[in-house]
Amino acid sequence: MIQAIVFLPLLAALVAGLGQRVIGNVPSKIITTGALFASCALSWPIFLSFVAGTGEASVTPVLHWVQSGALQFNWELRVDTLTAVMLVVVTTVSALVHLYSWGYMAEDPDQPRFFAYLSLFTFAMLMLVTANNLVQMFFGWEGVGLASYLLIGFWYKKPSANAAAIKAFVVNRVGDLGFMLGIFGTFLVFGTVSIPAILDAAPGMAGTTIGFLGMRLDTMTVLCLLLFIGAMGKSAQLGLHTWLPDAMEGPTPVSALIHAATMVTAGVFMVCRLSPMFEAAPVALGVVTFVGAATCLFAATVGTTQWDIKRVIAYSTCSQLGYMFFAAGVGAYGAAMFHLFTHAFFKALLFLGAGSVIHAMHHEQDMRYYGALRKHIPLTYWAMMAGTLAITGVGIAGVAGFAGFYSKDGILEAAFASGGGGVIAFWVGIFAALLTSFYSWRLVFLTFHGKPRWEQSEHIQHAVHDDHGHGHDDHAHHHQAHGDGTAGYHPHESPLSMLIPLVVLSLGAVFAGILFHHQFIYPEEGAAFWKGSLFFDEHLMHAAHEVPLWVKWMPFTVMAIGLFLAWNSYIRDTSLPAKFVAQFKLLHRFLYNKWYFDELYDILFVKPAFAIGRFFWKRGDEGTIDRFGPDGAAALVEGGTRLAVRLQSGYVYGYAFVMLLGLVGLASWAMVNFL
Amino acid sequence: MSGLPILSLMLAIPMVAAILCLFLEARPARQVALAATLLDFALAVLMWTQFDIGGAQWQFVERADLFGRFQWALGVDGVAMMLVVLSAFLMPLCILASWESVKERVGLYMAMFLIMEVIMIGVFVAQDLLLFYIFFEGVLIPMYLIIGIWGGANRRYAAYKFFLYTLLGSVLMLLAMIAMIREAGTTEIPVLLNYDFPPEMQTWLWLAFFASMAVKMPMWPVHTWLPDAHVQAPTAGSMILAGVLLKMGSYGFLRFMMPMFPDASAQFMWLIFGLSMVAVIYTSLVALVQSDMKKLIAYSSVAHMAIVTAGLYAFNQQGIEGALIVMLSHGVVSAALFFCVGVIYDRLHTREIDRYGGLAVNMPAYALFFLLFTMASIGLPGTSGFVGEFLSLAGLYEASSWAALACTTGIILGAAYMLYLYRRVVFGELTKDDVKAMPDLNPREWAIFVPLAAVTLWMGVYPESFLAPMRGDVTTVVARLAPTKPAGDAQLAAARPKAAATGDAHHAGGVQ
Repeated sequence: MIQAIVFLPLLAALVAGLGQRVIGNVPSKIITTGALFASCALSWPIFLSFVAGTGEASVTPVLHWVQSGALQFNWELRVDTLTAVMLVVVTTVSALVHLYSWGYMAEDPDQPRFFAYLSLFTFAMLMLVTANNLVQMFFGWEGVGLASYLLIGFWYKKPSANAAAIKAFVVNRVGDLGFMLGIFGTFLVFGTVSIPAILDAAPGMAGTTIGFLGMRLDTMTVLCLLLFIGAMGKSAQLGLHTWLPDAMEGPTPVSALIHAATMVTAGVFMVCRLSPMFEAAPVALGVVTFVGAATCLFAATVGTTQWDIKRVIAYSTCSQLGYMFFAAGVGAYGAAMFHLFTHAFFKALLFLGAGSVIHAMHHEQDMRYYGALRKHIPLTYWAMMAGTLAITGVGIAGVAGFAGFYSKDGILEAAFASGGGGVIAFWVGIFAALLTSFYSWRLVFLTFHGKPRWEQSEHIQHAVHDDHGHGHDDHAHHHQAHGDGTAGYHPHESPLSMLIPLVVLSLGAVFAGILFHHQFIYPEEGAAFWKGSLFFDEHLMHAAHEVPLWVKWMPFTVMAIGLFLAWNSYIRDTSLPAKFVAQFKLLHRFLYNKWYFDELYDILFVKPAFAIGRFFWKRGDEGTIDRFGPDGAAALVEGGTRLAVRLQSGYVYGYAFVMLLGLVGLASWAMVNFL
Repeated sequence: MSGLPILSLMLAIPMVAAILCLFLEARPARQVALAATLLDFALAVLMWTQFDIGGAQWQFVERADLFGRFQWALGVDGVAMMLVVLSAFLMPLCILASWESVKERVGLYMAMFLIMEVIMIGVFVAQDLLLFYIFFEGVLIPMYLIIGIWGGANRRYAAYKFFLYTLLGSVLMLLAMIAMIREAGTTEIPVLLNYDFPPEMQTWLWLAFFASMAVKMPMWPVHTWLPDAHVQAPTAGSMILAGVLLKMGSYGFLRFMMPMFPDASAQFMWLIFGLSMVAVIYTSLVALVQSDMKKLIAYSSVAHMAIVTAGLYAFNQQGIEGALIVMLSHGVVSAALFFCVGVIYDRLHTREIDRYGGLAVNMPAYALFFLLFTMASIGLPGTSGFVGEFLSLAGLYEASSWAALACTTGIILGAAYMLYLYRRVVFGELTKDDVKAMPDLNPREWAIFVPLAAVTLWMGVYPESFLAPMRGDVTTVVARLAPTKPAGDAQLAAARPKAAATGDAHHAGGVQ
């Protein structure tokens, strides 16, 4: 069964991708979408069996892969609780995104290719989450990277999309460098790359040291930090996050599937999968906590200033991933996975909702040109509302709440309960929750409330012209005539294929928390659910439930403050944001320009790489090696000017050939006579 | 393996065909060449299936005394056999690749390629030192002529440079070989492999061989002949140069320098690591700024070959097996990449990257193959490139974490220059009229791409077919090197007495 779940998407991708011209557009879409729904239908029973406590961990061998001395790894499919959680997340979101793309990509001429890439991605992601050894995990890891590269650059005629695709791949490779060295080190220390074997032996390695770059360092710290660099790349953590916002160049369904729900959470999954290793490396855990908290804060601050609807959600994703990491860092892996689980639903929902808005607004993505869309696209509005309620964590402690309420509060409580650095992470997380609430409601208010501001949008202007068949000459009159900010444009609700996924994901955003929070984070039920597939600290989870009442109410309070601030600035008095910006110019510029990371990296890495490359080429190869090497030798024998003449005449070429024949002859002669 | 003298036959068939081609018109010459190379490939596959894994080290052995000390001694171990298979596999594809693009002196051209096949196979199957030397240096002649006669505008300079570099090393190696034969009293390679040369002698023998092998590899800083040779060579010439000729250097390392001079090899490990580290970073950065497609791929070859040398000198099973897979993988992938260049060069007659763009629109099949080989070149798991790189770097890490770190940066830089190339050629808007007019792959080009792609994926998903025949040979070399092998810098140590027992147990498991 697990073979079908994993390989159906691959099969569909191959058929649709390679056979598109034979089988045509619609069959390609049916095959890929059908395969994903089949995978999804097969995955849920597995997950529910683990929820019910009847599921058994298993490893299904597929094919021999590599055996080199002690280094052996095979193609295997591992299913345990942790995998089962990822299976439903990946297949559900992927199936819905496939369906959604029927509507969203309806006018694209290249649909089979798009669907093939989506299915290929799903296959790679499934290989990642079912990996039983580090190398297969790396296979999935790179496979999703490839699919991400292809999908970000799907509209390959756009230079910005191509640049974003390369950036995503190369920045991820920086992380992969760490991942690979981590695997090498792990193999050296443990003599195996099999995950269960490593996890069994990991506690015994505490206190040992290993040589690394001339230093002698704590073994587990080195290995975990190297592996974590890989996780930072894939999950866009601070320092290696720069590719994620740019990845929004890809079609919106891609952003929902890859850059929100699944691929970017692979880093979190990896840390949870290897949690017994990280538990043996307290220093590494401290770094994970710190990086997670820093990312959480950084991305939230940037998210408050962006105008592009997809970029706001992208920074929000980055920030939520930070939450997951600091949950893992304080030892609450169950809470990290829980947030991963709920986040997949509500973040995919937000992205698909944004896609629906973009679809309705004729590809306009700038929220400054939105407004008052509530009445025009009501279903999208309510879906986005469900997503926003979930991400901001609306709920009453002890009663009920939306999905994010359970998972985010679980993280914050665990962080507080863990003490030490966790308390700092708690306060950072609380502040970020305030910002989360602010930017999320800001997005809703700017998009759906207030008055229409569509007339300044070039996209809308184009749409209006096309609709009315007007020439360019009279467009100035045209939208001035309306005067209500709509430019005469009428947004339409999306087709059914796009609305169904929104409805399904809304259900997830509403109920995923309340239905499953016992299994994921409650002490006894959690231990029974996870069954050792990740390190589950029952004491910590107990302590998390017994934090003071003010801690439990804190997230809700800051959510309310954020909501109020957003309402105050974007509904009550819309001139406030401009005033704020004028007051704090430098701060705003710093945040709006994303802390200047791109500019910094450009100066530090990109420009020097090209400059050094040119230097090595011109001054090294041509200016030094060739000059004193072959050219110099020739000059020595022939004299500079005569060489040039001879090279031109082809004289040297014949001359050299004779020499060569002579050499072989000489060699033979020498051997025959001397030996 | 009694009866059929399969190795002699594999040498004889292309030789006879070569002579025949000299007297034939263009059309029949092509057909004869294709038939001969296909027949040779069939024999190579037969040999592969007949090879007894775990059996004798040397198989398909043939021996006949010639004049003086010359012997016609042939035989293969697993490593040599796989390289013979690689050569025989690429040859028919090279003939097909030149089917339409070579129009002048076709008979001579085909003859040169067939002679090249004889010599390449000869290098790998020779069991006699002198015979090896003749083949090893003889390969210069056909390659030199292919570049010199059918090459691009600046072919003479390239041919001259190619010649000068390789000449330098070969003289020194010849002297070293004479000394070896006098010392050991035999020319038989299998005997020499187990002969213990005095350590002081090893040092200079190693250096003399190194001079020759480093050029053939090519290693930094004696690599500058390669970009010029590639740029000027015709497509098939580049394919065979990158595909097989570059493997002769690393074959030399593995066949001669490591097992015959183990003390010197250990002594010069730092030199190999140092040059490899420099090469990976240096040539990758140079590749990044190239505007000529062939130059870019040529520089990337130097970087890949540096992974091979580093992997070999890790002195462990993973490092060496990885290096061998990189050799095979690079043989297939770089040949494919040069053919990718050839396909569009045949249509537009320029190698300038900026002249292209937007090929994904009018050449989707081409774009797909190019993508596959690009990904294989940057070591995406699932392709052959990954298995080789991963194993060799894993082995390297055990020997030196510094070298592993420097060489692993190749995965970042490699991705940068290859994707940047791919973007400029395949992606973007299709604007130029002459580029728009380029048709997608024809059946002949499909016939070349499909086998290359199939092998790339096969080696990536199930490399056991390729690793199994070579495993025993690598174990032998590793055992030969074990006494002199220095300890790596990344060794595990127990800090507390309590953890010592566990630590050592695992330590022992982790090291060969």
